[in-house]
Amino acid sequence: MNLLGEGIAWIVDPANYAGPQGWIVRMLEQLFYTFGAIAVAAVIAIPLGYLVGHTGRGRDIAVSLSGGFRALPSFGVIILLALGLGIGFKAPLLTFVIIAIPPILAGAYAGFEAVDRKTIDAARAMGMTEWQVMTRVEVPLGLPLLIGGVRSSALQVVATATLAAYVSGGALGVFIFQAFATRDYPQALGASVIVTALALALEGIFALIQKLVVPRGVVAKEPKDVRARAPRPRATTGIPVQEGK
Amino acid sequence: MVRRRLGPAMIEFRSVTKQFPDGTVAVDSFDLVIPPRKTTVLVGSSGCGKTTLLRMINRMIDPTSGSILIDGEDTSGLAPVKLRRRIGYVMQNSGLLPHRKVIDNVATVPILNGVPKKDARARALELLDTVGLDRSLASKYPRQLSGGQQQRVGVARGLAADPNILLMDEPFGAVDPIVRAELQQETIRLQEGLGKTVVFVTHDIDEAFLLGHQVVILQKGGHIAQVGSPAEILANPANDFVASFVGADRGKRVLRIERVDGRDVVVDENGTPTGVLQP
Ligand SMILES: Nc1ncnc2c1ncn2[C@@H]1O[C@H](COP(=O)(O)OP(=O)(O)O)[C@@H](O)[C@H]1O
Ligand SMILES: [Mg+2]
Repeated sequence: MNLLGEGIAWIVDPANYAGPQGWIVRMLEQLFYTFGAIAVAAVIAIPLGYLVGHTGRGRDIAVSLSGGFRALPSFGVIILLALGLGIGFKAPLLTFVIIAIPPILAGAYAGFEAVDRKTIDAARAMGMTEWQVMTRVEVPLGLPLLIGGVRSSALQVVATATLAAYVSGGALGVFIFQAFATRDYPQALGASVIVTALALALEGIFALIQKLVVPRGVVAKEPKDVRARAPRPRATTGIPVQEGK
Repeated sequence: MVRRRLGPAMIEFRSVTKQFPDGTVAVDSFDLVIPPRKTTVLVGSSGCGKTTLLRMINRMIDPTSGSILIDGEDTSGLAPVKLRRRIGYVMQNSGLLPHRKVIDNVATVPILNGVPKKDARARALELLDTVGLDRSLASKYPRQLSGGQQQRVGVARGLAADPNILLMDEPFGAVDPIVRAELQQETIRLQEGLGKTVVFVTHDIDEAFLLGHQVVILQKGGHIAQVGSPAEILANPANDFVASFVGADRGKRVLRIERVDGRDVVVDENGTPTGVLQP
């Protein structure tokens, strides 16, 4: 049997997926890290990003902060935090929060910045309060970019969560670290395949969400204007666009 | 909602100056009385301060000094958000919210004012009639409309809260000439029918003369070159600048009478007949 086949065999073996040590539980731990980190990061990064995006203030700080966070080596941070917080799930979770913040922060403020200034000006001129401009104009129009940020956070964290096992934090990395110690390559491969599948599934789900949150008027196609569609429209089809009275 | 009674909406600029933080003096001690229920057009070339003047009326911009009064009440004492909700504002690019349907765009301000959604939408439909739009467009999104249609929606939205003042900033600048002519006629009809105080900004003197009961010709810094009715300005340009701006010096507005077959025919500077003179 080739290595890939042995990896698949490892995955489908009930001895490997069932029970509290099985990969199903480990996968749920991986997801717990992913969504836990994203939830915490979102609570911190979205209001901050919105504030920066709405006021235009603190943008430089936000940019360099995200840049700095991004440059942090995850592995080093986990070890360092584990020295302070002890082994278990806390240090990895905190690390993943730190990893998840920059893309969400960037998505939040970039989403606001992408809204046409004239639209915002018009909203204000109509008599919207700053809060209403934010909640009724900037948030809905900026949502696709924000979800894009959450999407990249999710992808990074779901892959990086494998490192949690190094400080006894569980998740799918357990199998991989174990496998390398014992040279059990089918297990290493099987667990890697699961991590990859998980990442692909998340990617697919977020891509879908990202599509769904684009406000309708923004994707809505051009008018069903028969004149625009065919040079010689049939006179009986379609309602001509009502231009005059 | 209890609607406070609004006055006839006379607007007064008293020695208004606006200096932007970068030092630009966009408007320099500007004085003007804008009569109620009439159309006043601010006309002048780009950068002369028209938009700044207009936006000081609804406090989108606050003057550096001087005051602006609406029916005798100094606007600096009014809350900007409340003030804006009782003043209609129509801008060049329509400024519609792209993620809201036409009907919801029109209903925005009444809903902000606390009108129940259902009533606001019903009124929005009526307003589409008022501005000459088919009701079938109500459920479209702004992007699905032509430029002219979007401007009409912009006007409907400006009228939605039944304001007594309507500010229009080059609203027809970006639509093609035929649609513009139509929208101009529509604006005249609306103003006459609804009796709003309209303050209209344009750089097009023909548009200014067509729409304005009172025309204010501006020079850089919001300096007034002349104020008057179109007829007064044409009959008596205050100075060379005005004469040149309205085209009186180039013969653009000079018409001649030629006698043809016993009738008086009016011809323009090129000798092209434009009409007949009635005795
Ligand atoms: N926010 C601003 N900051 C600095 N200068 C401005 C600002 N807005 C307008 N100006 C300047 O003020 C002058 C008048 O502008 P504006 O009122 O927009 O003119 P108009 O509408 O007649 O074209 C111009 O010189 C313009 O560059
Ligand atoms: Mg302007």
